[in-house]
Order: sequence, then C-alpha cells, then structure tokens
Amino acid sequence: MADAGMLRFHVPEPEVRPGGTPDFSDVTIPKAGSVPRPEIDVDPRTIRDMAFSIIRVLNRAGEAVGPWAGLLSDDELLEGLRHMMTLRSFDARMQMAQRQGKTSFYMQHLGEEAVSCAFRRALAPGDMNFPTYRQAGLLIADGYPMVTMMNQIYSNEADPLKGRQLPIMYSSKEHGFFSISGNLATQYIQAVGWAMASAISNDSKIAAAWIGDGSTAESDFHSALVFASTYKAPVVLNVVNNQWAISTFQGIARGGSGTFAARGLGFGIPSLRVDGNDYLAVHAVAKWAAERARKNLGPTLVEYVTYRVGAHSSSDDPSAYRPKAESDAWPLGDPIVRLKNHLIQRGVWSDERHTQAEAEILETVIAAQREAERHGTLHAGGKPSARDMFEGVYAEMPPHLRRQRQQAGV
Amino acid sequence: MPRRTMIEAIREAMDVSMARDERVIVFGEDVGFFGGVFRCTQGLQAKYGKSRCFDTPISESGIVGSAIGMAAYGLKPCVEVQFADYVYPAYDQIVSEAARLRYRSNGDFTCPIVVRMPTGGGIFGGQTHSQSPEALFTHVSGLKVVVPSNPHDAKGLLIAAIEDPDPVIFLEPKRLYNGPFDGHHERPVTPWSKHELGEVADGHYTVPLGKAVIRRPGADVTVLAYGTMVYVAQAAAEETGIDAEIIDLRTLLPLDLETIVGSVKKTGRCVVVHEATLTSGFGAELSALVQENCFYHLEAPVARVAGWDTPYPHAQEWDYFPGPARLGRALVETMEA
Repeated sequence: MADAGMLRFHVPEPEVRPGGTPDFSDVTIPKAGSVPRPEIDVDPRTIRDMAFSIIRVLNRAGEAVGPWAGLLSDDELLEGLRHMMTLRSFDARMQMAQRQGKTSFYMQHLGEEAVSCAFRRALAPGDMNFPTYRQAGLLIADGYPMVTMMNQIYSNEADPLKGRQLPIMYSSKEHGFFSISGNLATQYIQAVGWAMASAISNDSKIAAAWIGDGSTAESDFHSALVFASTYKAPVVLNVVNNQWAISTFQGIARGGSGTFAARGLGFGIPSLRVDGNDYLAVHAVAKWAAERARKNLGPTLVEYVTYRVGAHSSSDDPSAYRPKAESDAWPLGDPIVRLKNHLIQRGVWSDERHTQAEAEILETVIAAQREAERHGTLHAGGKPSARDMFEGVYAEMPPHLRRQRQQAGV
Repeated sequence: MPRRTMIEAIREAMDVSMARDERVIVFGEDVGFFGGVFRCTQGLQAKYGKSRCFDTPISESGIVGSAIGMAAYGLKPCVEVQFADYVYPAYDQIVSEAARLRYRSNGDFTCPIVVRMPTGGGIFGGQTHSQSPEALFTHVSGLKVVVPSNPHDAKGLLIAAIEDPDPVIFLEPKRLYNGPFDGHHERPVTPWSKHELGEVADGHYTVPLGKAVIRRPGADVTVLAYGTMVYVAQAAAEETGIDAEIIDLRTLLPLDLETIVGSVKKTGRCVVVHEATLTSGFGAELSALVQENCFYHLEAPVARVAGWDTPYPHAQEWDYFPGPARLGRALVETMEA
C-alpha cells in the first residue's frame, strides 16, 4: 500500500487570492447552442450529463443560437432588458442610500440580474417563489412598486412590514414572493411543502425554491431534495451559483461534487445547468422546468452559473478575500451587456437608445426614492409606531403582550 | 359518556378535524399506513386517503419545514415528531420560521400548524425517549405550547390547536397515553376506562387554549402542574394530608396567569412541579410570575420540584422522576416555612 503514513487534512482553496491574477481557466464553458433540449417528459436517467454542462443561448456575436433559443419576442426581450437595468439602477441607489446613512443595510444583485428577472417570466399568476435575499428581480419583473420596496428598506411609516424586518427582507403574497427569512435554506423545504400542498389540493400552481451555492450545505437543502423527490412535488429547485458565499469560495460547499446540479442526480431529480448571465437561456430553462412541474412530471433542479460582482452586502469588503478584477475576468460576462448586444444584433436596440433608457430608468428610480423618503428613512422622518412592535406576534394579542405593551407605554 | 384512552382521544381529534375541514393534513414518520408508533393516527389514511394522511422521510426539519410551506399555501397541517427528544433538527424551522412568519410578513403569510410530539418520562425511555423540552418552546415568541393531562382535554385542546390560526407545539405525555400515572410505579396502572377524565364526548368540541383548570380545590398551598405531574400532585396531597389546590395549566404559552394569581393569593403558598430539568425550566418562569404578582400574599418562598439537571437516565428512572414522595416533602417544607 502506497503512502500509509500520516493522514493529511484537506481544505479546498480558491485558485487566486487578493493580489493574484484572476483565473477561470478551470471553468469549462460549452459553446452556445451546443446543449440539446430534451422533451419535458424525458427519462431523467438519460440526461444526467446536463448536470455537468452549461445551457447557453447567446453566442459571442450576440446571436441566439441552438435548441433553447427563440422563445421570446423582441418586446419581451426589451422588457427583460428594462427589468435588469431597473434592478441594477435600484441597487446602485439603495447601496448609496445605505452609505448616506438612510438605512442600515443593503444587498446588491450586481451581475446576477438575469437570474431572477428572466425566471419570473416563466411563472404564471398564482405561482409562488421562495426567494433568498438576492432575488429582488422577481419583484421588479412582476411590477411590484419600487417605492414599496424602498419603504421596506427605509423601515419608514409606509413600510408594509411595519419596520419589523431587516432591509431587503421583502414579502408579497400578491406578487408570488414568500416572506424572506434571515435563516439560510429554510425556505427551500418550505417551497417543496407549498408545492405538495398545491398537488394535495389538485391545484395547477407551482412553487420555485431559491438557494445560493453556499447554503446548499445546509441540511434543509437535503431535506428539500428528499421531499421533492419522494412526493414528485411541482417545484423548480433553483441553485444560484455565484461562486461566493461571503468570503468562502464555492469549492467549500461543493466539495468533491462535480457541480451543484449534480447534487440533484442522487435524488433522481432531473438537473440542469445554465448560463446565469444569459437572459434567454435562463428563461428557456426556467420555462422547461416550470412546464415539467405544471404537467405533474415532478421537480427539476437548476443551477445558474453566474458571478457575484458586488460585495456580499453593504457590510462586506471583497477585496479582503478575492482579486479586485476577478469579476472582469468572469468568462460569462455581464447579463445586461449581453442582452443589450443581442437586441442590437436583432436590430431592435442601439447604444443611443440604451444610454437614453439608462437615464430614464435612473430618473424613475430617483423619483421613487424621493417619494419613499417623504415617508421617512431609518433615522429621519416618519417611522412605524412602537405599538406595531407588539402586533402580529399572534393573530390575537395574548394577555402577556398586552401587559408588556402597556409597560412600554405605547 | 364513552370512555377513551388518550391515544383514542387524540386520534378522534384529528379524525373530527379532518372530517370538518379538508385543509387539515396529517403526516409524519410511520403516521400513514401503519397508524403511528403509538397508534395515534390509526385508520386515518384508510379513511381520508394518502393525500390527507401520509408517511414521510425521517427528517424532522423536512416534516416541519414542508408543513410551514403548506400552511403558507392555505392548508392546516397537523404533523407528528415521533418523540419530543427528536424535535431538535426541526428547531430552526419552528423558532426561526413557524413562530415568526406572521410577524415578519405583517400577516401576509401565516402558519396555522400543529406539531404533535410525545413527551415526558416515567417509562424507562432513557435519554432520548423521556425528555420534556417545553421550556425550549415557551421561550419563543409566536408559539403556543400545550400539554394535556387527560383524554377529554387532549381531544378538546388538539381540536382547538388545529383550528388556531397560529403555530402550536402540542406535547403529549406518553406516560398518560393509556392511563393516569401518579408516580407510584410499584402499583398496577389504572386504565382510562376506570377514570372519569377518560370520558370523551363524541364529535366536535374544544377546550380553549390559554385556560388552566383547578383539578383539586384547596386552601393550604397552590401546586402548579401540567401533564403527568397533575396526578403526582394529587397523590402527594393525599399522602401528606395537605389541602393543596392543584392547577393543571394545560396551556403553558399563553399562560392563564389570572387563575394562578387568584389561587396563590388565596393560599399564600406555591409549589411548582415539572419533569423537565430545573435550571431555566418553565418552573423558573412560573416562580418569577408568582413572586412578581403575589409578593405581598406569599408566606413562604416559591418552591420548585423538577427533574435533576442531568440527562434523563435509564436505570435511575425513579430517582430522577419527581414522584409523590419528593413533591410531598416540598409541600411539607413549604407549609412549615
């Protein structure tokens, strides 16, 4: 037996640390259009290789190619571009608002805009997302008012959550957006339960579960996959692999598994990998998975390969753990630039119109911000009543809370 | 009126609720075809079908987590954790999610679930089949915590819990499943058929959450008890001849403070008893509340009789379990103080 000496402890390390040259040479990027599009009732055992490839539609020239192309009209794509640009503009303004002390906390989506914006388009009214804190594109793309999002971020008098929640932990049943929790992965199994309930009720609605690469290590990820597999729940199990969990590179959560999508295979769940920065590919794969769920064919796991360009949150400085220019080296580029180039290539968009749209969107976001700030910010202006702090713990306030509210003098 | 065991009463509560409201769904480990390791769900799958009553993978966080998702959809899941000792993998889902969903979403989403779990010792269950983890739940705002002590209450409280719009932790003292138990393990067990609290009305009725009941009126000292300890307290009162007023709390959260305070102001003395370990147990909360609300009426320190601060042992079952002798000594000391 070779090397039967001391055991050595293994801890994965990213290829490059701050000061180094970004290197994504180990990320294999298949050509756009090269991955086939199976029928939705395909035998999962015959498409296991899809968990190790990447479905892509947009090529380097900005053309939509291959079997996953051609699902969206020009108008739909233009609207999609607007959603992504709105989310980016919204992020920039709210990040700045946090720096100005108008709120305590913010989390951006920079580089991941396509994932939630394009996914939303694949859902039908009544479907329910169980998002993490980095899918606000679901709200933007569904027309949820930006002012309301800002009111929540500012914890002001118009905050729909009455100042009880940390900024960005939105909730909107009406817009198919389940209440966000700070506890990671908990919503993943809840999404499966929601989908089971829809099936139990012989409904036609489906659920979408969301999780990041890092949180797949939580036990609720595992229980969600078991339950989804056992009960063939009508749910799309989304894994957004943005390469980073705060300072921890994805190799720590992924371990020896080839990909995050591959985790689904052991549960007999069809598992696809998609270019998360390709609006068309994200939408096409989401639609495929949603149709499978709706046709009672069971769950699908989708890994979105993307990159977290921004800091983890307004409390994070990524230059402490990764090269500053790493996002520029990311081989899948920028989702907004790629869709923009595609639309220009299609002859329905131009650099001038894009610049003009950017200015218009910024104006809309600033107008929304002005309106929100009339209702107050975290430390100034209107705020939720202290009485609201005691409401909603239970449907009906029990005696001990009534006593405490009295003690608080509110 | 027909007499039933606590198991039958609990099963009936689910049966009645499932018949009245098709949103009521029952699931957990071995709960479906087999009818539960304690027979509490026997026959429900055959009667209501596999969509209403089914077996789950062995995953407590999966059971409670999926129930929360179902509740968000609009169903009313009544789920089982096989032993309270095994609820810990679901603790995150219960504390971080079920308890806070209404609050954090400002009522946009709610969580009307019931988590049933057999609890308590006195059965040679050892470390992981005897625990009483109620204090881990009474410390969580947003939960309701219920512990029935007899078949009549078990049925009425469980129906009320299922109909409640908020999450309820429903702890079933498994020592009481087949008959009352006063801690006298050397004597034969009396079945519920021989006890008046085994009388369980047919059909639908509720016992309101948040309401205690006085099991034995008395003038000398108030005993605050729940679950198996209600019978231990009755035995201790009889054996010491002390005229104890025994309150069966039934719901720990929200607590019926009015009944407690009314009684202690009358007796001037109070002994708290529970199976769970002493330190930071629910008895500490009870003791503090009595002291805060009845200070000028108290003629003795509030005493606590509880499980020792050790894991629940196997061979030392009756040295650990707070039986009538130990509680009796506390009653005597409190009267003499």
